[in-house]
Amino acid sequence: MTSTWRRSRRGSVRCSPRAERALIAAICAVAALAGCATLDPPKPWEKGDLARPSMRFDVDPLASKATQHIYQSKEGAAGGGAVGGGGCGCN
Amino acid sequence: MRPFPVPWLLAVLVGAAPAHAARIGDSAPAFELAMADGRPVSLASLRGNVVYVDFWASWCVPCKRSFPWMNALHDRHRGQGFAIVAINVDKRRPDAERFLRDVPATFPVVFDAAGATPAAFDVKGMPSSYLIDRNGIVVAVEEGFHDEHVAALEARIRALLAAR
Repeated sequence: MTSTWRRSRRGSVRCSPRAERALIAAICAVAALAGCATLDPPKPWEKGDLARPSMRFDVDPLASKATQHIYQSKEGAAGGGAVGGGGCGCN
Repeated sequence: MRPFPVPWLLAVLVGAAPAHAARIGDSAPAFELAMADGRPVSLASLRGNVVYVDFWASWCVPCKRSFPWMNALHDRHRGQGFAIVAINVDKRRPDAERFLRDVPATFPVVFDAAGATPAAFDVKGMPSSYLIDRNGIVVAVEEGFHDEHVAALEARIRALLAAR
């Protein structure tokens, strides 16, 4: 078996086509993984779609407020029903 | 065979560096955006004025309360070297137009659906406002619209206008 790494005439390290393909595949895999890291949450000015009424979990805000009120009085615990500020990012 | 360009690849991966933010003491990022009628408004063209840059969106509830105040501000300091530029960040223009029918603006409103300007200013919430002095330096940053901050903000603007 020939050696995978060999020294070129100019002295820089070259590698065999097979090793190079492996290197390219490895770099592509790492780059693809790095893509997972760039899943940023939307910026404050990009929350228009999140702020739409159709993006609410509940159908009727007034009914859900009443339900939440009854739940709080029965359970003796408040909060946790929703994220403060909604999708607006203004609070 | 050519050597594999690893440094070049790394440069590409790292190259997407974030834009600089506009903090107090920084010079405000330059922008040139069009109004509804197509006329451009740029920060450079307003150099020498005290400029109040406001980022707003139709879906932003406090923005609705800020517009009447900004109208009053604009009327009070018109012709004193004061300018308001309201930058809309809506993705869909009709949403912004509906907002402006409800809450008309007497000051220039420009549109940045792509969001390049709020990115350059690194806007942290909606609405966000930047008070910029005659030399283009950010002197105050206001996040959200708070009735209790209005008086101090206007005093600040008057002081900047008085300092020739």
